[in-house]
Amino acid sequence: MTIATASPSAPLPHPIILWIAQLRAWVFLTLLVLFFEAWARIAEGSSFLFNVYNIQSILVFATAPLLLALGQTFVIISSGIDLSVGFVMGLSSVIAAHASNYFAAQWGLPPFAAMAAAILSGTAVSVIPGLVNGLLIARLQIPPFIGTLGMYGVARGAAYLFAGGMTVAIDNEWFSAIGNGRIFGVPVLVIIAAVACLVLHYMLSQTRFGQHTYALGASKPAANRAGIDIKTLILKIYLLSAVMAGVAGAMYTGRFTAGAAQAGEPLLLDSIAAVVIGGASLFGGSGTIWGTIAGALVIAVIQYGLVYINVEPFWQFIAVGAVIIVSVLVDQTQRRLMGGQEVE
Amino acid sequence: MSEAQPILSVRNVSKAFGAVQALNRVSFDVHPGEVVALAGDNGAGKSTIIKAISGVLRHDEGEILLDGKSIDFATPHEARDSGIETIYQDLALADNLSIGENIFLGREPKRRMLGVLPVLDRAAMADAAKRTMASLDFHVTRLDAPVAAFSGGQRQAIAIGRAIFWNARLVIMDEPTAALGVPEQRRVLALIKSLRAQGKGIIFISHNLRDIFEVADEIVVFRHGENSGNRKPSETTPDEIVKLMVGS
Repeated sequence: MTIATASPSAPLPHPIILWIAQLRAWVFLTLLVLFFEAWARIAEGSSFLFNVYNIQSILVFATAPLLLALGQTFVIISSGIDLSVGFVMGLSSVIAAHASNYFAAQWGLPPFAAMAAAILSGTAVSVIPGLVNGLLIARLQIPPFIGTLGMYGVARGAAYLFAGGMTVAIDNEWFSAIGNGRIFGVPVLVIIAAVACLVLHYMLSQTRFGQHTYALGASKPAANRAGIDIKTLILKIYLLSAVMAGVAGAMYTGRFTAGAAQAGEPLLLDSIAAVVIGGASLFGGSGTIWGTIAGALVIAVIQYGLVYINVEPFWQFIAVGAVIIVSVLVDQTQRRLMGGQEVE
Repeated sequence: MSEAQPILSVRNVSKAFGAVQALNRVSFDVHPGEVVALAGDNGAGKSTIIKAISGVLRHDEGEILLDGKSIDFATPHEARDSGIETIYQDLALADNLSIGENIFLGREPKRRMLGVLPVLDRAAMADAAKRTMASLDFHVTRLDAPVAAFSGGQRQAIAIGRAIFWNARLVIMDEPTAALGVPEQRRVLALIKSLRAQGKGIIFISHNLRDIFEVADEIVVFRHGENSGNRKPSETTPDEIVKLMVGS
């Protein structure tokens, strides 16, 4: 008697089918774009897709939620959640605005240097909530939902206090160019987000850090048995999420030439939605950066597209909500069909 | 004592939890290519002794010798580094990763893409997985499949494959057949025999006397933390083992 049989118990579909299943958020995105394209051709006699203005608007619109969602992808794969990203982004935005003004006025830095110092300051400040989140969750065993909910409040309060309850205007043409400029017709924000996507995709799919994040999300005993330093791993994951929120905050300040505590307020749920629409499971263990990118674009296309076809803006919420629910249902059905075992 | 030096030698090991004497002067040996079954009722001390061997617990008295050298591991990691692998029922596999990725979890090999960028060497992991699993008569066709796609017995084989890839010499299996259907139980027993053929020492905990009589070379019976008898399956009967387990 031998173990003899070769393949998995439930027959696995062909790799190409698996691959397409993983990219289903992209399939959905394509259908969505085709729908708006058809609408534009029939109703307006114009093109939705072959319109540089539309494309640029959607991409720029998607950058902030995408930056948050990229970090959130790691958190959700590790079976955690980071509720603080929205206000960490706001805090970073306010600090970046203050820093831009301070370095120009007090140190007399030229605009370019003041912008660089401001972006660094905003991002650096986000390290603090990231470290605190990570320590609370890794060392003190506080559930991620509670720990980051606490940080949501702390970062919110801190951001409004630093802003004095108002928005903090800046006057720096370089900083404004980061948020609104173009290089060869491509918005700078989009280039920054694309670089972030490449770097985080590499980290998730090709480094031990990424591999261990998947393992932690699937099975803490497995990660522990493998000798992975789980506490440091969790700390790094929440730090990464906060730093991405910090970058998003600094970008916001550039785009709107002002720092605002509420900069990321509506984006928290969008960031989680993007990750989930992209195919990640909130139980942890699955998700990809490519999926998250598609998820963020799906949300941006729905929001922009509904405005484009003159639907009342409130329908956006309903549409995005419906898409989240449908994508979770699709994910569960797919797991059953693909022979994976149910979460025990 | 028999001819070859035992891989593991447990000598008069005792362990108390407060007033409860969990182990009282327990002794047995495990030789290369030998399957030692630990039999006994719940709470008889089987789990305590494997915890002492695998570094989860420290024993109070007596000696545990690995290759003739006294050991006292502070952590399970130390025990594993010395070649003692314990496979618990949960198997500690990451279900979302492939067999190769599970084998190498925590020690992933790297290569350089285009000579510069360090990336995970998935091809090397898949190759090692294929060879290791083949040595257990388990021929995997889909090395990219997540471990979740495999059956209970196959997952048991994967956990064992991971152990032998890293040169475990003593494999401790805690109730490996408990959660499985009958055909799968047969496969796991076949797996234990294949490990024995490779010269590994195996400690096998089971409630199932049929399984024990099928694969064990030596049966160590526990009762109230004591070693109530060591028997060879060929020289005893299930009835006698049950008597030793419950007292008569």
